[in-house]
Amino acid sequence: MFVYPKKQHKGVFAVATGAEIMVKCLEKENVRRIFGYPGAAICPFYDCLSASAIKHILVREEQNAAHMASGYARSCGKVGVCVVTSGPGATNLITGIATAYMDSIPLVVITGQVNSWLLGRDVFQEADITGACESFTKHSYLVKDAADLPRIFKEAFHIASTGRPGPVLIDVPTDVQNQPVATWQYPEKANIRGYKPRTQGHALQVKKALAAIAEAERPIICCGGGVVLANARDEMTAFAKKSGIPVCATMMGIGVIPMDSDLYLGMIGMHGRESANLTMQQADLVLLCGARVGDRAVSAPQQIAEKARIIHIDVDPAEIGKNMPVDIPIVGDVRQVLKSLTEGVTDTVPEAWKQKVLDYKNQFPPRGEPREDFVEPRVFIRDLSAMMEDNAILVADVGQNQIWAARNFNVKEGRFLTSGGLGTMGYAIPAAVGAKMAKPHRQVVAVCGDGSFQMAMCELGTLVQTGTDIKIIIMQNGTLGMVKEFQDKLYKGRYIGTILKGGEPDFVKLAESYGIRASFAKNNAAAKEQAAQMLQQDGPYILVCRVDPATPSI
Amino acid sequence: MKHTLSVLVENQPGILSKVAGLFSRRGFNIDSLAVGVTEDPTVSRMTIVVDGDEHMVEQVEKQLNKLIQVIKVRVLEPGRFISRELSLVKVSCRTGDRGDVMKIAELMQARIVDVTTSTLTLQFCDTDERTETLLDLLRPYGFKEVVRAGAIAVEKGCH
Repeated sequence: MFVYPKKQHKGVFAVATGAEIMVKCLEKENVRRIFGYPGAAICPFYDCLSASAIKHILVREEQNAAHMASGYARSCGKVGVCVVTSGPGATNLITGIATAYMDSIPLVVITGQVNSWLLGRDVFQEADITGACESFTKHSYLVKDAADLPRIFKEAFHIASTGRPGPVLIDVPTDVQNQPVATWQYPEKANIRGYKPRTQGHALQVKKALAAIAEAERPIICCGGGVVLANARDEMTAFAKKSGIPVCATMMGIGVIPMDSDLYLGMIGMHGRESANLTMQQADLVLLCGARVGDRAVSAPQQIAEKARIIHIDVDPAEIGKNMPVDIPIVGDVRQVLKSLTEGVTDTVPEAWKQKVLDYKNQFPPRGEPREDFVEPRVFIRDLSAMMEDNAILVADVGQNQIWAARNFNVKEGRFLTSGGLGTMGYAIPAAVGAKMAKPHRQVVAVCGDGSFQMAMCELGTLVQTGTDIKIIIMQNGTLGMVKEFQDKLYKGRYIGTILKGGEPDFVKLAESYGIRASFAKNNAAAKEQAAQMLQQDGPYILVCRVDPATPSI
Repeated sequence: MKHTLSVLVENQPGILSKVAGLFSRRGFNIDSLAVGVTEDPTVSRMTIVVDGDEHMVEQVEKQLNKLIQVIKVRVLEPGRFISRELSLVKVSCRTGDRGDVMKIAELMQARIVDVTTSTLTLQFCDTDERTETLLDLLRPYGFKEVVRAGAIAVEKGCH
């Protein structure tokens, strides 16, 4: 039966429409920038946005709106906001939302939706986006009444940014955006019965952890993305220094402790440093901090847990015991818990163990030698790292370039951003644009492969249009290197679907057609020189490095 | 092993799909799920029976707690709660068998709610085990249809 829309708003003395309320709510949350792509179903909102001081950044493909918001959120710690239309706009955004979800990034995602009386009829540009995103949003709303918008926005920002952060989706039908509302008020606080994240670690558990640390002979700290998210870098450094326990990191935990610090052993896992992996395997106590024990970081958690006592600190109780059996769980904000632990801890780590792990570090120095026929990417990343400012932000894409960057870039006071959880190719350029907008005075460099660059190269338009000064490195080896490496090792070198050569543009010309300066480096000496020039210049720059396809990830 | 969870949720649309989706995507096995509004009209209670080991039940509990609309999750302790399941059983029953089926019904305290020349329909409300017993007893006569509602449970005493 077809239900005709009711003229239910007749006679209501309206102070605002739903769309106006949406914009006002964003203003109340101090949102300065919103990344998006318009379409019919979100037009009422866009029309109101034109009257606001909030700056809209037009991306070239919707997925990148979420990546930009994510890069923005990761660099400044605020909630990133993006907006797209219904149907394909919303479905294109899905990969971006899932990327943020896997890395626990706070986003508020607004999607337009078809008129509410048409929902479920498969009309033009209708997609059940709340349903489609159920498994990778922290929470989602399909708004049925504009009067609910203030509460929903308040809740969405609260949920996205507290506890374990994550993306929250608000799907708003066009008629709800147009709906007049007689009265509205932005709530002071969100009050949600079923959502009260715990911040303070349980005192007894902290005490138990301290006792375990005192008894341990071969302890190690494993630092995950949760430490970065909790803004607990200083607390982690203080704890590691006072306790004397060596630190390794997962890919998402890179940058918490500078790579050249004596305490730091490098990244663990499948693509990790030998020093970190060997230490982890021999430890009798592992202190997991904001790390979810993903398979790429810890491939055999059971084996490690058999040899070592495990202390696991996480704000999300469901992470504790999910992938690894835990002896001492501590649920709470990593920053708070580390503070409590630092207060009670003393350095009881045997000197022999400290020496042993330091020896491992020296025994396995970074790999690669400078080359004259190609740019050796690992050497180049170390050169680049030395040239960049201390607080620079490096954004790595996904593939071999990610591993080269993760293993060789020394994060001092800056940041290392990457899609660690979902491993989304094409992440680096949009995320770097978002990061630069959040921190305009910092150097921002994106490292891509030629595969991942081509997934997001449409965003060169966005960065030119917005005048965003980011530098892009393309590691060009004409292949999808990471998968090709798998084919080399596991499939006897039978390459299929991994060769890009023969279909690649001239990246320098491509850049120039956008008015972006670019250059091509064929060996390490040239790359180093051009990178130095690149970093000195104002405005975007693309440096294409010719890389030997035979260069391994690690 | 079977575990019974009592879950309080916001009485809002969409929560059932969120809970069901969580079970399927995390690979948890739902045995039964029953949902209805509580004494507070803004709150619904779900009684969920899951089949799995301790580790899985712990994960189910934690993952359910992460859902924003979930207010409270309790894993009910064996022996400390009352559980009931409603079922309607339509049995093939020719004239000669009717007396036997009625005897079973009387013995098990099932109510006969519909009679036709070829069928008898029984209404039964008891524990999961007793329901299984009734079904075993009726199986030789042939089932036309068996409809089970899923267990609902309440803790004993003053919890």
